[in-house]
Amino acid sequence: MKKQEMMDKTIVVPGDLLSNEAARAAEGTYVEDEKVYALIYGLLDSRDRIRVIPLSGKYLPVVGDIVIGLVTDISFSNWKIDISSPYEALMHISEYPRRIDSSEMSKIMGVGDLAIFKVIDVDKSMKVELAPKEGQLRVLRSGRIIEVSYTKVPRVIGRAGSMISLLKSKLDVNIFVGKNGRIWINGKAEDEELAIKVIKRIEREAHTSGLTDRITTFLEEEKHGVY
Amino acid sequence: MEFIKNGKRIDKRLPNELRPIKFEVGALERADGSCYVEHGGNKVMAAVYGPRAVHPRHMQEANRAIIRYRYNMASFSVEERRRPGPDRRSIEISKVSREAIDPVIIKEFYPRSTIDVFVEILQADAGTRSAGINAASVALADAGVPMRGLIASCAVGKVDDTVVLDLVKEEDNFGQADMPVAMDVRTGEISLLQMDGHFTLEEFEEALQLGKEGCTTIAEMQREALVQKYQGEGHE
Repeated sequence: MKKQEMMDKTIVVPGDLLSNEAARAAEGTYVEDEKVYALIYGLLDSRDRIRVIPLSGKYLPVVGDIVIGLVTDISFSNWKIDISSPYEALMHISEYPRRIDSSEMSKIMGVGDLAIFKVIDVDKSMKVELAPKEGQLRVLRSGRIIEVSYTKVPRVIGRAGSMISLLKSKLDVNIFVGKNGRIWINGKAEDEELAIKVIKRIEREAHTSGLTDRITTFLEEEKHGVY
Repeated sequence: MEFIKNGKRIDKRLPNELRPIKFEVGALERADGSCYVEHGGNKVMAAVYGPRAVHPRHMQEANRAIIRYRYNMASFSVEERRRPGPDRRSIEISKVSREAIDPVIIKEFYPRSTIDVFVEILQADAGTRSAGINAASVALADAGVPMRGLIASCAVGKVDDTVVLDLVKEEDNFGQADMPVAMDVRTGEISLLQMDGHFTLEEFEEALQLGKEGCTTIAEMQREALVQKYQGEGHE
């Protein structure tokens, strides 16, 4: 990586003094005596408000997030769902679009199934409730799932979805990126393979700039290599 | 035993000089955060897991994360084989080390969870708890744990009636005093202070000052190692 590519991204560590303007403090920072300090290890973004973009860490669900969840257990009236977070989530039987009996739950969505969910409630003790995304339960029965750190999701999606559009236009695949870092890729086997390779590279280089251009070139080269 | 000759210590250092220190951030693939430290003859690996669900469940706190810290010496870390497993000494060190890193961690962000810190001493040469705390602090930052600052730690002591920084094994075993210090360098708050041996009040003050300076130097190395993890990576 060339030096100037890094210039616009400063890496900060917890406790670094970022600014004296307390009013501009945002995520990843804290204020003490009117001074703004870094709360986490990450990239400093001070263009508008002062925030630190994390480079690592665990996903914390927020109401409205769309995530890919893995069913881990079924109780009398809830599906227990792993959302790759420290906290387990629940989907209540009544969130299913039509009225069903408890005995039908495992037929609709069994242990080991993956589906796309929306986070509908998170309480103070981090009890998380899910519902099917857009009122219709979408169980993922084909394709592949990969996991990246949730902190890299914005880069995988790209500005206004540019990275995903790029992948979809060059490859014959359908891609869905959950806020929790789980990514579903469905399409032709070789294209799935290549999409995974590209996403892994985006994850590795998420903190660098000029990424979209590099990925475009990489994708072209790889495609010509494959066929 | 003569510790200081012509103003130099047995390993040719000045009384206020640290041993060579090397930090490697993210040394482990599986851990959420990790750091490998070489501090003189000490070789220490720290791994952080979490925040994650607490097992056993009764240990969890409803409104905050708990911190668990395990300091462990490898059986081959010292000259004579050490019996594996926790003993009185390592249980105590685990406790004081946890308390040393605890004040900077924002635990309220992660109710009902745990942050587990594992510190393995692969090779020991005096000051292992300090090296462990330094590694743990960097590993926590690497794991993305929210913290008010980094904790740095080093030992000070007394040999030949002279206050010295960062003891080596011989100075620790046969010297007159050994005092590990851990500090939040941003605020100057001390989170660990133990003492073995004797200092006069004046010596204590001098030693504490020297320890604080040592911590400040180490904190700068911790910071540099974290920055280098992302700036040093060459892709093209």
